[in-house]
Order: sequence, then C-alpha cells, then structure tokens
Amino acid sequence: MVIDLDKCTGCTACSVACQAENNVSFLPDESNKVRSISWMEIYQLQNGKEYPDYQFTYLPRPCMHCNAPHHSPCTFVCPVNATRRDESNGIVSHIYPRCIGCRYCMVACPYHARKFNWWDPSWPKSMEAMLSPEVSPRMRGVVEKCTFCHHRLLAARAKAYLDGADLNKVTYLPACAEACPTKAISFGNLLDPDSEVARLSKDQRAFRILEKLQTEPKVYYLSKYQWVHKLGDKGL
Amino acid sequence: MDKALIPDGVKRCPLPVFSLWVLLLAAIIGWGVWAGGMVLYKAVNVTGLNDYFGFGFYITIDLAIIALGAGAFFTGFLYYGLSRFFPAFAELSKVINLSVVIGFLCYTGAIVILLLELGQPMRAWFPYWHPNVHSMLTEVIFCITCYAMVLTIEYAPIILENRKINAVRGARVFGHTLHEVMAIFALTGTFLSFFHQGSLGGVAGVLFARPFAFRTGFFIWPWTFFLFVLSAIASGPAFTALICRGLEKISGRQLVDRSVYDLFGKIVATLLSFYIVLKIIDTLYWALVLAPSFGFKLTDFYLGPVYGFWLLVGEIIICGIVPAVVLLTPKGRANNGLLFSMFILDCIGITINRYVMTVQALATPVMPFDRWEIYIPTIYEWAPGFALIAYIMLVISLSYRYLPLFPREKELNPIR
Repeated sequence: MVIDLDKCTGCTACSVACQAENNVSFLPDESNKVRSISWMEIYQLQNGKEYPDYQFTYLPRPCMHCNAPHHSPCTFVCPVNATRRDESNGIVSHIYPRCIGCRYCMVACPYHARKFNWWDPSWPKSMEAMLSPEVSPRMRGVVEKCTFCHHRLLAARAKAYLDGADLNKVTYLPACAEACPTKAISFGNLLDPDSEVARLSKDQRAFRILEKLQTEPKVYYLSKYQWVHKLGDKGL
Repeated sequence: MDKALIPDGVKRCPLPVFSLWVLLLAAIIGWGVWAGGMVLYKAVNVTGLNDYFGFGFYITIDLAIIALGAGAFFTGFLYYGLSRFFPAFAELSKVINLSVVIGFLCYTGAIVILLLELGQPMRAWFPYWHPNVHSMLTEVIFCITCYAMVLTIEYAPIILENRKINAVRGARVFGHTLHEVMAIFALTGTFLSFFHQGSLGGVAGVLFARPFAFRTGFFIWPWTFFLFVLSAIASGPAFTALICRGLEKISGRQLVDRSVYDLFGKIVATLLSFYIVLKIIDTLYWALVLAPSFGFKLTDFYLGPVYGFWLLVGEIIICGIVPAVVLLTPKGRANNGLLFSMFILDCIGITINRYVMTVQALATPVMPFDRWEIYIPTIYEWAPGFALIAYIMLVISLSYRYLPLFPREKELNPIR
C-alpha cells in the first residue's frame, strides 16, 4: 500500500469505510480513545513551527503488515500461532477463534495497529442491518487488526477461479483505497515491478514509518516535505 | 485444640490468635478472589489496561514474584546439586523446606494471576495445543506449569511430615520415598526454572520493534534472557532469607542458625555483583549503541516523575550497586540491620527491573509523533495482587504451624 500524504485531506473516509467494511464495533463509551477500535487511524502531524511557518499533514495508519525477515514483530511472539503472515501474499492475518487474548502481539507492535476487544462487540441498532456478511465480527477478549481486506482478495480469487483466470494475478482494492475521494491510497503487489505501488514505493517522496527498526513495513508514504519524512523515522 | 497437629517439641501461638491471623488473611484473599472473579466475569475491561498497555500490573507482579520465588530452585540446586562438591552449601538444608514452600506459592500464585490476564481465559489450554515454538511466551507457559508440578511434588513430602499424617504408615513410606528421589526433582526444577526465568527475560528482549526492551543476544536468546536468570538467582535467596527472618520476628523464635543468613549474604553478594556488572554493561551498550541505531537517545525513554530517571538510578545504583558492595564486605553481612536492609533493596531492585521492562517499555512512544501514556492499575488489579501476598503468607503460616519446616527449630528453642 502507498499513501500519498500530499493528497490526503484528513477526511477520514478511509477510516469510516474500513469500519463499515470490516464490522468494526463500537465501545459502550467511546470517550476512552485508548480502547477505541479503529483499524485505520488518522494521525495529525505538525512541523512544530509557529505561524507563518506552521504546517501540518494527516497520516492514515493501517496495519503495516511488516515484512521483517522470518517474522513480523507480532507473528513472532504469539504463543498460539493465532497471527500469521501468509508468505504467498504478505498479508498478516489474525485467527480470532484461536486468539487467547494475551495481547503480546499488541505489545510487540510499535504502530499501535492492533486493537483489543475490551467489550462484547456492539453496534447502534440502526447499523446492525448494515453489517457485512463477508467478515466475522470479533468476540470479547481477542485482538483484531487491519487485514488489507483479505476477504476481498478471497472473493477476487474465487471469481478468477470461476472465470478460469490465473489466481495469483488477481488484483483488488481494500475498502480504504476504494473510498478515498482524492485517490491518495494506492494498493497492489509490491513484488510486481510493473505495478503502480512498486513504482510509487521507489518515488523520491517515499518513506516508511520507523524504517530503522527493520520491521520492513509494506505501507509506504509519499510526502514532499522533509519534516514529514523526519517525523516518520526517528533521528533521520 | 490443634496440638496433635503441631510438630513435636516446638511451641506455637494459641489457636485463637492464629485463627484471627488466618481470618485476616482469608479476608484479603476473599477480596482478591472477588476482584479476580469480576475480571473473569466482566472481562479485562475492568482493569486499567488499554491498547497502549497490553501488559500491566498482572505481568509485572508475575515477573516479580517468579523472580523472587527463584530461591526455591536455586537453593535446591545448591543443596542437592553442589553441596557434595562444596560442603558449605550443606548449611542450606536448614532452610530448604521453606524455600520449596515459597517457590510453590510464588509459582502457583503467578499461574492464577496469569489466567486473569487473558482476554479469553477459557482458552488458556490453547498454548499447549497450538504452541508457537518461536514465542518466548510459549516457553514460559510450558516451563511454569511443569515447574509448578515439580514444586507440588517437592512440597508433598513436607506435608506428609505432619505429625498426624506421618502416623499413617502408607503416607510415611510414600513421603520417605519422595525424599529419597528429591534430588532428581530439584535438578529437574533447576533445569525448568533456568529456562523460564530466562524466557521471561526473552519475552521483553525479543521485541525488536520496541527499542526500550529489545536487546541483541546470543543465538536465539537476547541478553535479557541471561540477565533475568542472573537477577532471579541473585534476589530469590534474599527473598527466602527475608521471609525466614520475618517468621522469626513474628514467632519470636530463632528458626535457623545465623550462619544460614551469612551464607545467603555471600551467595547474594556474589551473584548480585556479577549481575549488576553485566547489567551496567548491558545498559551502556543499550544507551550508547543499540538505541541510537534505532534513532533513540537515552533521554527519549524517561519522562517526568512517573517514568523518570529515578527508576534507572533506583534499580542499578541504589538497589543494585549499593547492596552488592555492602554484602561483599564481611562487616555488612555481620550486621543484621545492614544484611536484611540490603536484601530488601535487592528485592526492590529486581521488582523495579520487572516493572520497567513491562510497563515503561510500553509507555515509551516509539513512533515519533506518538505520545507518552500513563497506566494506572484499578482495584481489580491491586486486589488479586494483595490476595497473592496474603495467599503466600497464609500457606507459609499454616506450613510453619503444622509442618516441620525448620529442622533446627527444636534445638535452637528448647522448651523448658
């Protein structure tokens, strides 16, 4: 995934689309933001300068689906193999019925991309009819996270199978990329040198968050501002 | 009324006084059981944990109590394993029963607290069924449960030595047989305990995306693996000695020879000195090489009064270097006040270490645009913690009253 921060307006459409697409539940009291569940969190970054030099940008943060050698930080630590990285497509997924809720994966993730279900999942009555049948809701006491809309990949592969197409060459868009009105989010196969994301990831404006930790995030950001690059990786 | 159960030739406080003490402890345990029950029933949302602090009070107290309970395996190792080659360690026979009881209590208590920590406690058996061999937590879970079983086997013959139970021939023979093979269990416990003390350190040390906790290491083990083992064996004997001393003070009777404390002093001094030197090297390497390679300065890891530098100073200097230096001197060990104060500092230092590796490691922002968070445990976390302490005190009280924990007690306190 590549997110162009210069194009992002901070409208949160990606976050809302993600919430709706993946049946992300609501807390009884959403005033406690450190327990809110959001797979696509929007941060506001500021350059720390006074007007007229003041600048800010928005930074949407999905799961980075880290590509660190052997293991992602979170998959490495799970005692029950409830979270795995599929080496065929690079997606880090979470098996909810197997998760014991020890939260070690959350502890291991420096991006706060993993959220815990502190309560039973619930939605306002009027929203229950809008729940997606494609994605299972998560029970109380387990961890959840962005899956790059893995169910859409499965649907695309199923369609390709029926069409007699190559299953390994299917493309799809996650809900966030589809919903973005400014087309700030691009999605595709980074390993395919001809793909747009592969090209954008090599752009001069490209950077990744906390690259120094060698987590090898699969989410790239684009920004023309050096202070944004600097905020993305400490001590650059 | 319970005279028939009290070991022969020793004096205990009147039953009503003891009953009041037991009632007080039972009340605290009841409070903790209620709080723990609420956590299991309502889920961990009643705690102060959140998405920043996946680990908190429960893990801190688990790590601390397991480190302090290391006196069991290490005393057993010195006594059963090394006393043949180093006769000085034979002195530990006078306190080996107590160390086993402490170990048993620390480990069983830690397992219960660990259960509360889980979001899905009904799935607590999953790690045995779907183990991830790469996870340090898997190693911890396996070793802790196995070692708790070993400790139960080690505790059993002590229980069977109760005057009434011992009168039953079958129980006496079984207890005696267990005693005969105890060295095997003690050494098995040493092996298991070594690994899980280490893997508890590994739990933090392998977090390669958390610069506060991450350490490089040897083969698959981060340096924290070895530091946790060393710190546990440097503080476990001190904790055992403190509990023994506490029992002496409360009962008003001498339970072990002074030479036992002196030996503990020497053991703790040696191990703590070794540990603290390695800990200082580890801290310097972390602060000057490792963290900067991730773009962090030492000052990035400490903030304000809650997560300030006082934790580092407290852990390494006040509760590390000071007790090590004092205990290395014969004068320091000869003075009871100094000896036990240094033991207390040692135990506090190890608790601070477990706290910072758990809570501060998570409070420190990693993303540059992230913020510091403060974690405040709720009553649902404190209460099981206090209950754990009360549980340890209760079973030690019962064991002291009804079991021959201290082989020298009768000789040291002749009834006139």
